[in-house]
Amino acid sequence: MTTYLKFLSRCFRLSFVGDARYYAWMFALTVCVLLGINAYCKQLVYGLATTGMTDQVSWGFYIANFTFLVGMAAAAVMLVIPVYVYRNRELHDLVIFGELFAVAAIIMAMLFVTVDLGRPDRFHHLPLRFNFPSSMLTWDVLVLNGYLLLNLHICGYLVYCAYRRREPSKIFYIPFVFIAIVWAISIHTVTAFLYSGLGGRPFWNSAVIAPRFLASAFAAGPAFLILTLSVLRSFTTYEVSTKAFMTLRNIVTIALTINMFLLGSEAFTEFYTDSAHVASAKYLFVGLHGRSALVPWIWSAIALNTIALFLLYMPWSRRLPVLQVVSFMLIVGIWIEKGMGLIVPAFIPTPLGEIVEYLPTLNELLVTLGIWAFGLLIYTILVRVTVPVLAGQLTYDKRFAETKAELEAGLAVGAR
Amino acid sequence: MNDVRIFDGPSAPRTNTAGDPSRRSFLRTGAAALGGMAALAAALSPLRELAADDVPNLDDFLQKHYKEMTAAEMEVALERIRAKVEERYGVRPHVRDLKPMDGVEFGYALNLSRCIGCRKCVHACVAENNQSRSPEIQYIRVIEMPRGTMDVEKGSHHYDRPEVPEAQHFYMPVQCHQCANPPCVKVCPVEATWQEKDGITVIDYDWCIGCRYCEAACPYWARRFNFAKPSLPREQLNPNMSYLSNRPREKGVMEKCHFCLHRTREGRMPACAEICPTGARKFGNLLDPHSEVSEILKTKRVFVLKEEVGTLPRFFYYFDERYPNQLDPDAVAIAERLREEEGDAYGALPGVNGPSAAALALASPQRCHGARA
Repeated sequence: MTTYLKFLSRCFRLSFVGDARYYAWMFALTVCVLLGINAYCKQLVYGLATTGMTDQVSWGFYIANFTFLVGMAAAAVMLVIPVYVYRNRELHDLVIFGELFAVAAIIMAMLFVTVDLGRPDRFHHLPLRFNFPSSMLTWDVLVLNGYLLLNLHICGYLVYCAYRRREPSKIFYIPFVFIAIVWAISIHTVTAFLYSGLGGRPFWNSAVIAPRFLASAFAAGPAFLILTLSVLRSFTTYEVSTKAFMTLRNIVTIALTINMFLLGSEAFTEFYTDSAHVASAKYLFVGLHGRSALVPWIWSAIALNTIALFLLYMPWSRRLPVLQVVSFMLIVGIWIEKGMGLIVPAFIPTPLGEIVEYLPTLNELLVTLGIWAFGLLIYTILVRVTVPVLAGQLTYDKRFAETKAELEAGLAVGAR
Repeated sequence: MNDVRIFDGPSAPRTNTAGDPSRRSFLRTGAAALGGMAALAAALSPLRELAADDVPNLDDFLQKHYKEMTAAEMEVALERIRAKVEERYGVRPHVRDLKPMDGVEFGYALNLSRCIGCRKCVHACVAENNQSRSPEIQYIRVIEMPRGTMDVEKGSHHYDRPEVPEAQHFYMPVQCHQCANPPCVKVCPVEATWQEKDGITVIDYDWCIGCRYCEAACPYWARRFNFAKPSLPREQLNPNMSYLSNRPREKGVMEKCHFCLHRTREGRMPACAEICPTGARKFGNLLDPHSEVSEILKTKRVFVLKEEVGTLPRFFYYFDERYPNQLDPDAVAIAERLREEEGDAYGALPGVNGPSAAALALASPQRCHGARA
């Protein structure tokens, strides 16, 4: 027990070790978190009127980001499956970074739901009158928390074993890895059912929502890992093989292809049928009755995704800088498509045919920025601690100062 | 992996800076921690503006769900509401917990041939149910529909003509349909909303967490959210209240039409039905075969909105078969008389029936930094 507490305290101290760039990055994130806290305090005082949401568009940017992040969390499974099912060697040592990101993404997703609540002070009402299994939101609470615990356990166990210089015992984590595979699919499916189960919102009331969610998540998640691993490769001594990047590139290519296909299927069904249900899709893609706030958003998403897809199929994207640009493009593209492109238009027009447009306010954007910065802060610390532990630089039988000195020397080398 | 390590002690002068490195680092850490605390305090500073009665106290925090409260606990809760209302509005209210009556299931029938679009029901509802006035929350939305369609998207929500009813249109008020299969109840994660024995879907305002899932689920856009702290001038407060209906709400919770249960459970008409100048609104007990609504369901060609979504509304519409292509001349005559009597006050009130957010700009000019587009 004391060893474990010492481990935690050392991890905490380790998160303050780094070079000037690390400090600058962490300082910038902290400033953003503080801006977010400040904006959220204003929201607590004046209510959700500080957001752009209305009775007409009653969910906005927060729920959009929540949806996107649940997908990012689920996407860790796209590394887990190749490693544990197909025994892919290149990704073996990298899978933990996917799982760690899942932890950070789930925490962000939960924060987004929390800031969306009108009465966060009544959070304890949830366990007291848990409307399970009727409300899909209660399902979501269960699967998200379960997924968080699973990933915390798997990562924590592996990292702690490395710290103790022990061989991890398979029985303590392999079963959980396989549970987590199914669980990852479930979190995004349940989140999709949250929307697709509402008969009063034809735009969401489609069976293709859940598959589309998974496909877009499995493109954006691994794309994010490509960026993370690039950072690891250039800033640490951690080994990331080019083959690992190519495996991720293949995953992203296939997932993005499926996503674009599903988006096309949805668009065809809506527009060819041309029934009254098409109103929201029309508003999204071409505008309705002269109102078109979302049109530039969705077309930039489609443009970003199409160009990314084209580049992925071209040999150029085998070059890492190109792959990084492509990854960034499709992350942004999918973030728009799932956020502003999927949550907001379902509210426009309202079930009574009124058109009220939605744009997030500055305060809403600041809260969002704060949560993203907080998530990245957590992820940076997790990665910052995990890398030296797995590299054997931080172990229980070494003095902390020694590790610190070693790391600082390594940083000095890296900076040169 | 067994590379040679040089053990040169914990305080090896790796960073060659002037002064004692441990003292320097201590000072630096201290300064950083202080700076961090100051920045956090600054970030939290808006909380100072939180009104005292806005912060839940321990009693609020521990209050049980409506269905779990004993009679004694309910009395305590009601007393707390009385005290709060008295403190906030200076009026001692008459607050009760009215239970549904046996053998009663409420239903509504609305004669579209008699509705003249005057929006009196909208305003009577606001006056009766202590909704926030700024931003104004309204449970009833009257849609001006062109003849020849039932597609609400073709209707106008913000019609503003002093000459209502306009001959080429009919007027369709929409409010909570008190569905027998309510999607809003199904989705609530905390069971803060449910259907009562008499068919009314109610909300425990003290239990709602404000996630607005019900608002997304409702196919009739019947639910409203308190985006801001409700503001209600004390002279406009209706002191006749009940726990599940019109007692004043807090910021951050849902509300909706409850068929004026503090009136109807005592045998009175809902405010909207009572005010209607043309008698277009009929309300009563569906289980009583001789009630006016039962009679209408038997004899008129009634229909419900969006039957395909399977919500089984208890709110029915019908057109009078005697006047297939026009409003009931009797109702038109009433409209003309009202226009003469009330002048400019008659008919549409611009802005008030608009999106609740629009009225927010008036609430407080320094409300937030976010400039609404």
